[in-house]
Amino acid sequence: MAQAPEPAVIRADHLDLTFQTDDGPVHALRDVTLDIPNGAFVSFIGPSGCGKTTLLRCIAALETPTGGSLTVNGMTADEARRARAYGYVFQAAGLYPWRTIGGNIRLPLEIMGFSKAEQRERVARVLDLVELSQFEKKFPWQLSGGMQQRASIARALAFDADILLMDEPFGALDEIVRDRLNEELLRLWDKTNKTIAFVTHSIPEAVYLSTHIVVMSPRPGRITDVIESPLPKERPLDIRDTPQFIEIAHRVREGLRAGYEE
Amino acid sequence: MTDATVATQGAMRRWPRWLSLPPVLAMVLALIAIWYVAAVPMNVHEVLTRAERAGIAVSPDSAVLRRDMSALALVARNPGTLGESWSLDRPRLPAPHQVLVELYDSTIVEEVTGRRGIVRTGSLSNRSLVYHGWVTLNATFVGFLIGTALGVVLAVGIVHSRVMDLSVMPWAIVSQTIPIVALAPMIIVVLYSIGIQGLLPKAVISAYLSFFPVVVGMVKGLRSPGAMQMDLMRTYNAPASTVLWKLRLPASVPYLFASLKIGIAASLVGAIVGELPVQQGGLGARMLAGSYYGQTAQIWAALILAAALAALLVWAVGWLERRTLARMGMAA
Repeated sequence: MAQAPEPAVIRADHLDLTFQTDDGPVHALRDVTLDIPNGAFVSFIGPSGCGKTTLLRCIAALETPTGGSLTVNGMTADEARRARAYGYVFQAAGLYPWRTIGGNIRLPLEIMGFSKAEQRERVARVLDLVELSQFEKKFPWQLSGGMQQRASIARALAFDADILLMDEPFGALDEIVRDRLNEELLRLWDKTNKTIAFVTHSIPEAVYLSTHIVVMSPRPGRITDVIESPLPKERPLDIRDTPQFIEIAHRVREGLRAGYEE
Repeated sequence: MTDATVATQGAMRRWPRWLSLPPVLAMVLALIAIWYVAAVPMNVHEVLTRAERAGIAVSPDSAVLRRDMSALALVARNPGTLGESWSLDRPRLPAPHQVLVELYDSTIVEEVTGRRGIVRTGSLSNRSLVYHGWVTLNATFVGFLIGTALGVVLAVGIVHSRVMDLSVMPWAIVSQTIPIVALAPMIIVVLYSIGIQGLLPKAVISAYLSFFPVVVGMVKGLRSPGAMQMDLMRTYNAPASTVLWKLRLPASVPYLFASLKIGIAASLVGAIVGELPVQQGGLGARMLAGSYYGQTAQIWAALILAAALAALLVWAVGWLERRTLARMGMAA
């Protein structure tokens, strides 16, 4: 892909996942083959039911595929989970109401056995990264939704996993906040050199953020197109008005439409 | 959502507190009025008997006839001779002021001026309600602690083990369907036979009543973290013990306090029931003694003290709840 010599961090090969329900089997994923290279920012986009979240959950070993193979950092997904290879950001911030913002970010560090000094240092660093430094002692309810989501990203970054998995993290936020967070996320990605897998249902968001856009379609959940973005790494918000951007967005839309019409 | 939402939280308009006083006061006055009115027919037989002895004409003048007549009919036929309804020595239903006098006599008067009172002897008089209330309170506390600990431990087991979920919960429910008054004497007899007496048997009965709400509330509370919260813990590869300490237990605190409020009131009831067959002090013993000797005012005084204690205990748990949740940042 983009950087040919880079080994794939996440490699899915003919991945299948079928849920058995009372109404018969549901093919959440069928024959998904995908390589995510190191340092890539990959967006999964598609209508609901296309399996984009399911695929992300498979990578996180929160779901178990029923067929095919999936490796993360060269290990099985579950081994990678045990090795704490990724940070996961959910659609809702899901901060613990009984912990302060600092306490919430410290949670994974406590569980993973970092020393007290290291915990302090890391919490300060990631809070600075998401620009919430002066909110360390505040409780979640004292913060707005966007700030809470930034705190949850800081929580996922705190233990320095190489992979960041994000499941529609900005889906519940308004457009203006979302734009700002998108910009911040790109800056973060640039600073930390992480591999990011990002689920969204917003075309502009996917095009703006990604190096690779994976277009998916439902019934059965599958990949219909993988678009490598020619956009430069430096992306001001107004890049969205350039013809290049609009052209990629158009291709994504076509891909989504094709998935529907089949 | 914007940063401005922060400011609006916690600013809910409330009525000033004193505005709730008139309705509360009106309710209390109404209850007292009903009580006074009810005391007249309840005590009418005794009142007429005493009036007859004092030489006043009552209707009908035969005690046997009166015995078989309804109280309301007697009241209607003797409206002029009911003066003693609220001042009998041994009323069936003592008037509120009689109960208050008994309360005052058996607490402050007994302790301050009584031969065995705390002023003369330095220890609480065994004839005072203060002493009996204290005895009951001790059993209540010990029972409450045992019951709460047992409830939490069982709930943790039930949440973590399917076998316990299937085996313990039905028994916990069955245990609460047995009337405690039937079970209490057996518990006391069984414990006595293995040499346990005094405070502990009462505390066991108290715990028997209070563990159940704690089990039910805690099972619900420990299971309250959503799928996402559990998934998050899974992404950290957190062991079950960590999930318990860092997620399940903190999340269950609001549920625990709701259960503790029920539990502490149940503990008090358990302690009182446990005192009925033992007769070694306590509000339960006091109530039973009152009924043996026809001292209804004594029963009512003990009842009112028990009710006041229950209210105080529930309020205390509520206070602790508010403080704890505020500290945990969950008061909003």
